[in-house]
Amino acid sequence: MSSDSSTDGKFGEYGGQYVPEALMPAIEELRDAYERYVLENEDGFVDEFRERLRDFGGRPTPLQHAEHLSDRYGREIYLKREDLLHGGAHKLNNALGQVLLAKYMGKDRIVAETGAGQHGTATAMAAAHLDMPCEIYMGETDIGRQRPNVFRMRINGADLNPVTAGRGTLKEAISETMRDWATNVDDTHYVVGSVVGPAPFPEMVREFQSVISEEVRNQAQERFGTLPDSVVACAGGGSNTMGAFARFVDSEARSASGRSSGRTPREDDDEVNLLAVEAGGSSLAVDEEEGVAPNSASLSTGGQGVLHGARTKVLQDEWGQIVESHSVSAGLDYAGVGPELAYLVDEDRVSAVNVGDDAALEAFHRLSQEEGIIPALESSHALAYVEEVLGPDAEADADGADELGDRIVINLSGRGDKDLETVIEETDKRSIPNAPDMSEFAGGL
Amino acid sequence: MSRLSEAFATDEPAFIPYLAVGDPDIASSKQYVEALVEGGADCVELGLPFSEPIAEGQTIQQAIVRSLSGGITPEAYFEFVDDLDVDVPLVCMTYYNLIFRYGADSGTAAGEGDHTAPGPRPFVKRAAEVGIDGFVVPDLPAEEAGDLRDACDEFDLGLVFIVAPTTTDDRLDTIREQVSGYVYVQARMGVTGAQADVSDRTAESLARIANWDVPKAVGFGISTGDHAARVVSAGADGIIVGSALVDIVADGVENDRATADVADDLREKARELKDGALRGARESPEAQGE
Ligand SMILES: Cc1ncc(COP(=O)(O)O)c(C=O)c1O
Repeated sequence: MSSDSSTDGKFGEYGGQYVPEALMPAIEELRDAYERYVLENEDGFVDEFRERLRDFGGRPTPLQHAEHLSDRYGREIYLKREDLLHGGAHKLNNALGQVLLAKYMGKDRIVAETGAGQHGTATAMAAAHLDMPCEIYMGETDIGRQRPNVFRMRINGADLNPVTAGRGTLKEAISETMRDWATNVDDTHYVVGSVVGPAPFPEMVREFQSVISEEVRNQAQERFGTLPDSVVACAGGGSNTMGAFARFVDSEARSASGRSSGRTPREDDDEVNLLAVEAGGSSLAVDEEEGVAPNSASLSTGGQGVLHGARTKVLQDEWGQIVESHSVSAGLDYAGVGPELAYLVDEDRVSAVNVGDDAALEAFHRLSQEEGIIPALESSHALAYVEEVLGPDAEADADGADELGDRIVINLSGRGDKDLETVIEETDKRSIPNAPDMSEFAGGL
Repeated sequence: MSRLSEAFATDEPAFIPYLAVGDPDIASSKQYVEALVEGGADCVELGLPFSEPIAEGQTIQQAIVRSLSGGITPEAYFEFVDDLDVDVPLVCMTYYNLIFRYGADSGTAAGEGDHTAPGPRPFVKRAAEVGIDGFVVPDLPAEEAGDLRDACDEFDLGLVFIVAPTTTDDRLDTIREQVSGYVYVQARMGVTGAQADVSDRTAESLARIANWDVPKAVGFGISTGDHAARVVSAGADGIIVGSALVDIVADGVENDRATADVADDLREKARELKDGALRGARESPEAQGE
């Protein structure tokens, strides 16, 4: 992680720092710390981070060949097993990086927002591990649908602040955490949970998550002597996405978009197709009257806007009011998306696609049955997209079949234990053809 | 001199109230603004509610929810301002996305229309037409304000920036170059909301910008005439009060009170605050020394 150019925190027109004046000094301080410790390894920060990711986090995570899915699709399917990272999702890469950075900066309190509870859990674990007091903001709706994570955060010693505004999901939790930060900025670091927010967060979180694509590159070379044809990742805010893509995005595209990683670009990078799979929810239309979008597909359908500190693609009504998003998966349920991802989609470097709730639920059951891995509902969206394009019900020559190529890496961003209640409830409501019959046990959960 | 600076033209300290337009409905909020002006307001900050008010505390968040559920839109806001019959400068306080998106051809329904944003010019043009004299945009620091600054210059409107207790000296210079109308001195850290006391950091913040040639108005947490007096005697040219007034509106909604009664209370609170500010001016070291 060394720097070779400075940046203004913009990715083309996206990004920037749209925050209250009271936060600007903290953001400048953070940028300075990020450059020194993360990009220049001052005081051995990066070495310590890597060591803790290994010993505490369990990295590297495997790149597993998924035999049954490969048979099903007639392509070689590899799963990047971020579900095996400590905590059960990719979130720890970022949480550990930021909590450690906060320590190097001399902060003595951590706040974070969480949607699915995975980032909150990862932050609570990292804070316990590094001995920092930690408070998590979580929307009430999400508290209701991600209870196992609520308990995990509390058990790790974090305080949990329920957020009642709006629909009580990630958007409201982020706003409320920003208010806390604006009040306590002197001694507090806000561990933003995805590649969103004001600069330098999108870039910094991408750097902490880029260990995913760094490993995929090496593992692919070892396994099959070349790079994969495509990498598929779900996108909420887009941190597992940018993490899985970062080392395949050449530094020329990047130089217009913030800092390059310092890695020498390789010619073949450009040939790796990158697909960001958003939550199509129940429909792609926006209900302006109600101010809701029954989806979270901001890359596919959103307009340019400014939300939570950055200019990006946003689900909004005709006036620019942010609408409530929806997805069966709490971690994708967000009206915005990381500015760098918005930029890479505009530049045609990343393809934005989406799949709906039902397809994600089906994919959840499929991976569980075929490979013995219970995926997070978020990650199930990435799996569902591959099924949609290559599965037995796909049209021959479905759009996208070529783009996926022969060797496909699916970023399995997390495990699904946290989602069991939701899955059982939702599967019941919807008639998901491949779901096991649970009626005999109903009510006992 | 811009219309905004006129609010500070006399020797008197300026009283600048804030209300969310459309809280709880357009008709009441018109009476409320008029009552505040009758009570002594020298300028009014008219809030245009945004769905993600990250700089706002509970009180104003709830005002925004009431106003949005009442159906306020930027266009309805502009019509409100156009109809308003008061003779003081008016400042539009809102968040950047509403300014940035105004005049976009469509919403975000899949595949429809043009998803790029027109930028701030159409919003500023329309605001100027209906009689807005300037803007405060709490999520727009000076670094990101270039386009809005250009549009404000084109239509001759003021652009108010906030100076926070944490603002560094370097940043003060940047803000000083861009600010016009008045500078909004944030009295304490955090979000908006009425407080039991005013912060000690206020005098310090005022001292740091004492030699700026724009008027200095202090806001965040002022809720009584005594607070107003203290802030003005510490050197402020004006006071900005939001949550303490919104509390009165909220009380009216909760207890189902008649609009005229709520307006009476607002008028009376305005007098208390304005009188406090006047008292502060008499007690200021400057006034005492003369
Ligand atoms: C397992 C998992 N995957 C993906 C996401 C979405 O976040 P991002 O898009 O930032 O990777 C979440 C968020 O909570 C998650 O828990």
